[in-house]
Amino acid sequence: MFKLFRLLKPYRLQLTGVVVFMLMQSLAQLYLPTLLADIVDHGVVNGDIPYILKFGAYMLCVALGATVCVVIASYLLARSATGFSRDLRRKVFAHVESFSLGEFDKLSTASLITRTTNDIQQVSQVIVMMRMFIGAPTMLIGGVIMATLKDAKLALVLDCIIPILAIAIVAIMRKGIPLFKSLQVKIDQINLVLRENLTGIRVIRAFNRSAHEQRKFEKANTDYTQTAIKVNIIMSTMMPVMMLVFNLGVVAILWYGGIRIDNNDMQIGDLMAFIQYAMQIMMSMFMMTMIFVMIPRASASGVRINEVLDTQSVIRNSDASESLSGGGSAVEFREVSFSYPGAEQPAVRGISFRAEPGQVTAIIGGTGSGKTTLMNLLLRFYDVSSGQINIGGKPIQALDLESLRSRIGYVPQKAVLFSGTVADNIRYGQEEAADEDVRRAAGIAQAGDFIAEMKDGYDAVLAQGGKNLSGGQKQRLSIARALVRKPDIYVFDDSFSALDFKTDAKLRAALKAEVQEAAFIIVAQRVSTIMDADRILVLEDGAMAGIGTHDELMQSCKVYQEIVASQLSEEEIA
Amino acid sequence: MSDKPNQNRSAGVSPAHFGRGGMGAMGMPVQKAKNFKATLKRLLTYMLPFRTQLALVLLTAVLSTMFSIVAPKLMGQATTTLFEGSMAKIKGVAGAKIDFDTIIHIVLTLAALYILSSVLTFIQQRIMVGVTQKMVYNLREQISDKLTRVPLSFFDSRSQGDTMSRATNDVDTISSTMQQSLTQLITSIVTLLGIIIMMLTISPLLTLVTLITLPLSILGTKMIASRSQQFFKGQQRTLGELNGHVEEMYTGHTIVKAFGHERKSVERFNEINDRLYHSGWKAQFISGLIFPLMSFIGNIGYVFVSVIGGVLVTNGAIRIGDILAFIQYSGQFGMPITQVANIANVIQSTIAAAERIFELLDEPEEVQQRADAPISKPVHGHVTFEHVAFSYKEDTPLITNMNIEVQPGQTVAIVGPTGAGKTTIVNLLMRFYELSGGQIRIDGSDTRDMARSDLRELFGMVLQDTWLFNGTIRDNIAYGREQASEADIIAAAKAAYADHFIRTLPDGYDTVLNEEASNLSHGQKQLLTIARAILADPAILILDEATSSVDTRTEVSIQKAMNHLMEGRTSFVIAHRLSTIRDADLILVMNHGSVIEQGTHEQLLEQKGFYADLYNSQFAQSTAISRNAG
Repeated sequence: MFKLFRLLKPYRLQLTGVVVFMLMQSLAQLYLPTLLADIVDHGVVNGDIPYILKFGAYMLCVALGATVCVVIASYLLARSATGFSRDLRRKVFAHVESFSLGEFDKLSTASLITRTTNDIQQVSQVIVMMRMFIGAPTMLIGGVIMATLKDAKLALVLDCIIPILAIAIVAIMRKGIPLFKSLQVKIDQINLVLRENLTGIRVIRAFNRSAHEQRKFEKANTDYTQTAIKVNIIMSTMMPVMMLVFNLGVVAILWYGGIRIDNNDMQIGDLMAFIQYAMQIMMSMFMMTMIFVMIPRASASGVRINEVLDTQSVIRNSDASESLSGGGSAVEFREVSFSYPGAEQPAVRGISFRAEPGQVTAIIGGTGSGKTTLMNLLLRFYDVSSGQINIGGKPIQALDLESLRSRIGYVPQKAVLFSGTVADNIRYGQEEAADEDVRRAAGIAQAGDFIAEMKDGYDAVLAQGGKNLSGGQKQRLSIARALVRKPDIYVFDDSFSALDFKTDAKLRAALKAEVQEAAFIIVAQRVSTIMDADRILVLEDGAMAGIGTHDELMQSCKVYQEIVASQLSEEEIA
Repeated sequence: MSDKPNQNRSAGVSPAHFGRGGMGAMGMPVQKAKNFKATLKRLLTYMLPFRTQLALVLLTAVLSTMFSIVAPKLMGQATTTLFEGSMAKIKGVAGAKIDFDTIIHIVLTLAALYILSSVLTFIQQRIMVGVTQKMVYNLREQISDKLTRVPLSFFDSRSQGDTMSRATNDVDTISSTMQQSLTQLITSIVTLLGIIIMMLTISPLLTLVTLITLPLSILGTKMIASRSQQFFKGQQRTLGELNGHVEEMYTGHTIVKAFGHERKSVERFNEINDRLYHSGWKAQFISGLIFPLMSFIGNIGYVFVSVIGGVLVTNGAIRIGDILAFIQYSGQFGMPITQVANIANVIQSTIAAAERIFELLDEPEEVQQRADAPISKPVHGHVTFEHVAFSYKEDTPLITNMNIEVQPGQTVAIVGPTGAGKTTIVNLLMRFYELSGGQIRIDGSDTRDMARSDLRELFGMVLQDTWLFNGTIRDNIAYGREQASEADIIAAAKAAYADHFIRTLPDGYDTVLNEEASNLSHGQKQLLTIARAILADPAILILDEATSSVDTRTEVSIQKAMNHLMEGRTSFVIAHRLSTIRDADLILVMNHGSVIEQGTHEQLLEQKGFYADLYNSQFAQSTAISRNAG
């Protein structure tokens, strides 16, 4: 976590201010009992009322000064603490945006979200609490110093109490902290069981496993409750123990102080001040235990954030990256192989093919045969392990990432939409697109009709992730988004599967009529979608099982024949 | 965990003062319950079984607080004794000495009081731990139990997050209120009353001075809190916006990258982040002013007490030890007031949380079966729909009069465009939803006369969204049948063509699936759910677009396994693939939620209706292609 504190650097002036003002406040606060001692020892003992009033005025000034100090410190702290959180959030977000898919696989999207939101929040909390971190120890040390100055012998009582308390706190914490951690694990377990119950309700009921799930929940619940009881007992032991040690300490001070007064070693006002110092010391020790509780929690978050910041994307622009302009849009894969990190088997190996402009290149193959991987390589979400991918004759690694992707109209397998209007979502492909371009793209994608049926048409607002649309509708919008880009290369990654046959057929017919120049790469499951492609690449287990037209493959490729046989009746194949 | 005002001049700081009471939540908006009284009453019934313990808690809390209230007064007496003794010595009174007998007496009494007070506090907290944990345990069990009894429409109509939050966050809120705030409330009130009484016995004048500071602090706190609330609300809203943006950008990461929107996304983030910064620091600063303000007002009181007290002692109106005691009392005074104010808020939000939980517990439950008709075995799988009527919403009937008859072993294909409501049939068959008219019979008995568990045992189901739980692959397959043997599991996996890929995983059947089962591909997950259904060995099968994400070649194999499985079993298949549909004994064509056509493939083609249209668009197209190609 402390690594993250480097981000506090721009605020060092403010933070120094916070420390200085907090110190001044602590000192002022500690000075009040001293003034009171003066009132008692000189004013009260001598019956000198003007003296009492004078010192009363002093006390008021000191109190006011203390308040002014805190206000200034709070202001500086509020600005720098929120500033720190802002900087940290900005840094993490921008960093994550630079990630490629490999890093997302590694850290998982859900976890990245929590790290960017909750974890940063946790760490920020610590900075907000800084006033306490600075206040408590200064009070503690200041209190001890003032007490010692007042009466070094009597301060020996404090010198005994403080270590005893410290040992007690540490001992209890050492028992408590591991329990705290396991409590967190157990609450996660309850949440997990519950979440599974909610998402899998149909399956659970269909298999009559409600009783089983209930037992599972009960087990998690019992487990949690037992730990919670242990944790809470420890916490409820701590307070009475601390109180007792401390209060007995005060009693000891009173008694020993009495003896010292009797021996004329100290004055009564000093004893009163002394007892109040002891109170302040106690209070700061309480606060310091809170710090102990907070730090471990925040440092776990800090570790998780650092993990994000330490992850570097492997995909970046090379120094000599050039922007791609002209040079044709032929896509060429040359002996491309790729393995996911840590995988034993390459996901794809030895893939070579060309996708020419104006032609349709189709890729078909089983689950896990590497179709999507190929597309991810083309978009340079991952870098090839060996071989080369060229666009317009240039290897894609040499190209500027942005200009590479700007030439590709990508439609993913699972349609992803963003909150905003329908038009916003289509324009995501090309921000400057005119209204008519947006409409045209929607028309080709067979989305025009259903958009027109929506209440506000193109201005209809989509819920986050387009939850108010059906799968097919979302897919059509995501196709329109790619179309409006007017790219040289289209990549459809199994984008038609969410569409029914009718829409699928119409869409492809419209697409064919509209776009002639671009290179099409279509990944598909259904043979009917790709039968008329200029070139079909058949993948099996990451390797090429055949390449050619439908007819050629029907003759030569056994894998392809099997796929076709499973989908089309004989009359259709004939 | 708060930044506390420096009211640390008090003796015998009560432990209860260190709970949630003074949390930084000050000035944040509070959620309110709709029906406070009724919910409170109902929540109290949960505490009823623990009334003995709670009475004990009340007693110990009152006693321990009283002891700690008496302590400063005793200390003051000791101080006075010291003072008088030393004064006498200074004045040179003959034989003057400090009365150590009295002091020792006081010191011993004090020690005894403190020990008693600590012990009582411990007892009180210890009891409360047990009561709280048992109570929330029961609450959680009730929720979990309830969730097994609400109809499926409950889950379909409600967001998962909402239900989760009721079962977790809201229960937690109640738990921490019980553990901390409840006893705190008691001790705070006792402390407040006790202190006022003690102060009055010392000096009514000084009490008046202290009480004058009270409205000042309340007013100040209120003013600040209402201002900071605005900023907190703004901060909350902006934070929500920011989190929403993060979630959206991260989940859509591929698209953001593919369309080169990283920079725009970062710009938008920075814009929201800056706004968050502005409302954030203001909220923090202004709410942070509460404590210095309180502490300043406290200090003013302190000064006045010191000065006036000093004068009074000089005049002989009160004794010196009383000042010390009084300073301690007035220092303790502000604390319970802030606490009571805070607890009022805490209780508000606790009742609101309880209300949400009770809402969940009050959900209508599934209608129980009318008669507990045992199912005669063997089950043949003769399914009839007789005048079935159904609607999700009362005013919009979906199915009005549906009649079908499925002979044992027949296959029914349900077809239609996406969103046509094909899962409705599944919902009715499995009695996930109740019919609004007519009946469904299996082997002649009305499904409403069967126990739900018996009915569902007849079905084997493979859904489109694969649901696997966090556990080993073996456990996930065995979910289909409890007490399945290892051999059965492996046989089922083999029949579903899952055995091979399972064995390639590092831990084989012991591979633990993570929460989102993201360590498997979608197709692999599908295979596991098929294996699960195969293992269950049901009389009637429901295949819900089950194989659409499995690649076609694997699907051939699965189809073979399925065909084998479907032999002799009545099957309902929700399918996309026309080739599967053609072989069905009965086709149900659905659109906009209702069954619009039914019959065999040939019959439906002859009708030249929706099905014919659907079929031809695909058929004509693919033959055209093959002709061109040929």
